[in-house]
Amino acid sequence: MDLSLQIGSLRLPNPLIAASGCFGYGVEYADIVDLSTLGGVAVKGLFLSEREGHPPPRIVETPSGMLNAIGLQGIGVHRFIAERLPELRERRAIVIVNICGTTLDEYVEVARILSDAEGVHALELNISCPNIKEGGITFGCSLPGTHAVVSAVRKVTALPVIPKLTPNVTDVASFARAAEEAGADAISLVNTFLAMAIDVHTRRPKLTNIVGGLSGPAIRPIAVRMVYECRRVVKIPIVGMGGIATADDVLEFMIAGANAVQVGTMNFVDPFIWAKLMDGIRAYMTTHAIARLQDIVGTVDTSAREKAWISS
Amino acid sequence: MPVDIDAAVIANRRLSADYNVLSLAAPEIAATARPGQFVMIKTSGGQDPLLRRPFSIFEILRDSNGAPAGVSIFNKRVGAGTSLLSRVETGTRLPLLGPLGRPFEPVDSPAEAWMIAGGVGLAPFVTLAAALRDRGTKTTLYYGARRAEELYCVDLFEALGVTIVLSTEDGSLGTKGRITVPLGTALEQRPLGNPVKLFVCGPTPMMRACAQLAQVHGRACDVSLEQVMGCGLGGCYSCVVLARGADPSTGLGASGGKPHHTRTCIEGPVFDAQRVVWEAVAGH
Repeated sequence: MDLSLQIGSLRLPNPLIAASGCFGYGVEYADIVDLSTLGGVAVKGLFLSEREGHPPPRIVETPSGMLNAIGLQGIGVHRFIAERLPELRERRAIVIVNICGTTLDEYVEVARILSDAEGVHALELNISCPNIKEGGITFGCSLPGTHAVVSAVRKVTALPVIPKLTPNVTDVASFARAAEEAGADAISLVNTFLAMAIDVHTRRPKLTNIVGGLSGPAIRPIAVRMVYECRRVVKIPIVGMGGIATADDVLEFMIAGANAVQVGTMNFVDPFIWAKLMDGIRAYMTTHAIARLQDIVGTVDTSAREKAWISS
Repeated sequence: MPVDIDAAVIANRRLSADYNVLSLAAPEIAATARPGQFVMIKTSGGQDPLLRRPFSIFEILRDSNGAPAGVSIFNKRVGAGTSLLSRVETGTRLPLLGPLGRPFEPVDSPAEAWMIAGGVGLAPFVTLAAALRDRGTKTTLYYGARRAEELYCVDLFEALGVTIVLSTEDGSLGTKGRITVPLGTALEQRPLGNPVKLFVCGPTPMMRACAQLAQVHGRACDVSLEQVMGCGLGGCYSCVVLARGADPSTGLGASGGKPHHTRTCIEGPVFDAQRVVWEAVAGH
């Protein structure tokens, strides 16, 4: 049974990746999850320097989901390399570092520093965090901006480059295409949906940051649709995510067009989810006599619908 | 190391319209839990509410042979999750992750332990009182509420040999006023040569007031903080409080020693009160 896949020069043993911002720096989970069994660990977004993030409350629960506005609290790239990467190396994790910047130069600098660090396997470009005003999302919401930051990072690293796309645009597929044209090895999507929740008694927003990003099963069907749209316009691998809770959810994303997936919010609910997802995927492969999991990618059969459309 | 158990509800003891004590079968958690640690409970089988809820371990339950059998939680009905836990039936299974977090650091005789609880902040103190009794440490519970009917489970502490000091805001039982009134008096009367450590859990203004009293009187003070929590394992960075200095056990902290958004789940929930930047802690 072959669950592996390729992203640029990087071979992942399976498609299950811990989503950035939902798994700390990986080391927090090392005692309860064998990190080497994951397809990858996307660590919390890193800027050049430390950031304190937003004051709490930083999360609020919503139906089948949650809003967060953490504000990219983080230890910065240098402390990450010195204080966290050694343990990740020791645990044989496939480390995907989510990198952030307030300027193009900062992305390039962070990418350059990480490219020289032993034990970093890929870079995910965070151009999609909805919770900070400067940088990031301003690149992710503009086609020239997306192209510029991807190609700039591409020039300074041999590591696979995976821009993480925001769903807060009209046509996510055009951003997927811009990323591919700029030399991305893969794209990941979706980051969270910009959202809001209000306490009706106080009439105050429930988050200090007023708005936050919606994640969890509530967004899954929209994320699946977006992966499907992107699959139709790019050839590079897609890392899909959005509220994945079960093996069927993983398979749904893959059939829509994802080569790998990330699990975020549901890891909060069940930190032991990984083995359950893996068991479910293997059972599906057995049931459907699938030898290579990648064979199901993008195989959603829309022919009946298309025929009906033509005949109507 | 935390484990996740599909824990059966053994009993749901109602204390009032808003409070109940829920007993859960979880021998693996009961066997390793230390005073002040917490569990994350999934309150429903579905996805709404989605996230688990953190609860201090209220009691370690033992079977007839004295072996650890489970844990209980002290639940106050506030929102959707706690409402579900308020009316959950015996036999229901709830995913239970734990034990989690940094425990209290008890003290030994001749030092005394004073536990100060406000409202639902009683939750972490039964396990602490039991640990202190086992060490032979003289222990007092200062416990305050709005009125007499809202002071629960005092008998559990009496059974552990704890001296009880009560206060109610309406004066219906114990000292009239907030619990900081009798606490302040006791701190003033105690000679400095007689060591005492304060352990505090309750509403933020009460904990802040106790932290100030501890500082003024030069006494050690642990607080157990409650914050909105996403995962309980350090993954999500939701439950931060602004704290000074580095975590003494992990060395985690901002470089340069600035106050730093510190995770309540893995660097707490128990903090040295003087580390906490109280002005920045959301009141509830």
